[in-house]
Amino acid sequence: MANDPIHQFQISKWVPIEIGGLDFSFTNASAFMVATVAAAGAFLFLTTSSRGLVPGRLQSVSEMSYEFVASMLRDAAGSQGMKFFPFVFSLFMFVLVANLLGLFPYFFTVTSHIIVTFALALLVIGTVIVYGFMKNGIGFLKLFVPSGVPGILIPLVVLIEVISFLSRPISLSVRLFANMLAGHITLKVFAGFVTSLSAFGFVGVAGSILPLAMTVAITGLEFLVAFLQAYVFAVLTCMYLNDAIHPGH
Amino acid sequence: MFVTPGYAQEHNAPALDEAHTVEDAGHGGGSFPPFDASTFPSQILWLAITFGLFYLFLKKAVLPRIGGILEVRHDRIQQDLDQAGRLKEEADAAVAAYEQELADARTKANAIGQEARDGAKASAEAARKKVEASLDKKLGDAEAHITSIKAAAMKEVGTIAEDTAGAIVQELVGGKLDKATVAAAVKAVR
Repeated sequence: MANDPIHQFQISKWVPIEIGGLDFSFTNASAFMVATVAAAGAFLFLTTSSRGLVPGRLQSVSEMSYEFVASMLRDAAGSQGMKFFPFVFSLFMFVLVANLLGLFPYFFTVTSHIIVTFALALLVIGTVIVYGFMKNGIGFLKLFVPSGVPGILIPLVVLIEVISFLSRPISLSVRLFANMLAGHITLKVFAGFVTSLSAFGFVGVAGSILPLAMTVAITGLEFLVAFLQAYVFAVLTCMYLNDAIHPGH
Repeated sequence: MFVTPGYAQEHNAPALDEAHTVEDAGHGGGSFPPFDASTFPSQILWLAITFGLFYLFLKKAVLPRIGGILEVRHDRIQQDLDQAGRLKEEADAAVAAYEQELADARTKANAIGQEARDGAKASAEAARKKVEASLDKKLGDAEAHITSIKAAAMKEVGTIAEDTAGAIVQELVGGKLDKATVAAAVKAVR
């Protein structure tokens, strides 16, 4: 069981709660969501509590993440998009911290469950649709009719645009989920080789150096992936929001 | 995602809950935890709660604070830059004023020098004129004196000549000539 690479995604109930036949138990996943939120919130809140004019190292980290997301959003969606800044920043920080926390051994990775990433993606697309119709009314549908397309091609292009729009929440959620899942499985498999090879005496121990090195290397890669996926998620969110703000493209 | 053993597991879960850890789905084989739909409601609920609170916390507390810090810093830097610019302008103005004063002083010095030079020249000229005038006057006086002396002398010469002529004639001729005749004779000779 210790070598089962799937075991790390197992959900275990800590406090069983059942309402109306649905299981709303407080699980390890819930606990790590709380931990993610608490860690990110506490870090951002405590490092900026001195409000230093000249920032310390940790305050710089908070400020850098703020400016990083702010410039990302401003570049993608313009200054009008800044009203979504708290939303995009929350998403980025939540995904990033969840990914990073998941890299600790024995920790649960919140974003390795498709339902979590899909819920977040639906939240993004839902925001885009609701805000898009609120701001542009029916004009939001221009999103599906690119300008400068010959009349005959319009039905085809609209079909393609609609499919691409509908596949957005899927690609957004599956990308993050699959990256986290695959990374953690790979890590676990290579780490598992180390223990199982070590059982074969001296030769096995010598041979386990290779998977050990791989594990170290992949751990490094996973840190990159953790950041990169949070970044990609946030960037795509910014682009989709831009569609809601400026539908004619 | 749709029909999983996990869904069936939900029904016998309460019995297992007493054992406080539920690790059966992995063992049972087949169920892949991320696709276990029985966990979805719980995950969605807790995600909504945690992410919602996180969003509110960031929006109300953290982001205004960081934004405020950055704005204050930006303002402060701008203020410092403005002040530096102002000080530079002041320094430039001081340099310009100094240059101006220097130029003024130079002009003034030239003016004073010129004035002094002109004054000296004028007084020298005046003195020279005065001296020349006095010399001219003296020369005039002297010439007048000479002329008068000469005239006097000439007059004397005339008288002497008449006297002498009268005397000579008297001696030679013996007889006495009247004075007017002698004077006329002398005049004719002269």
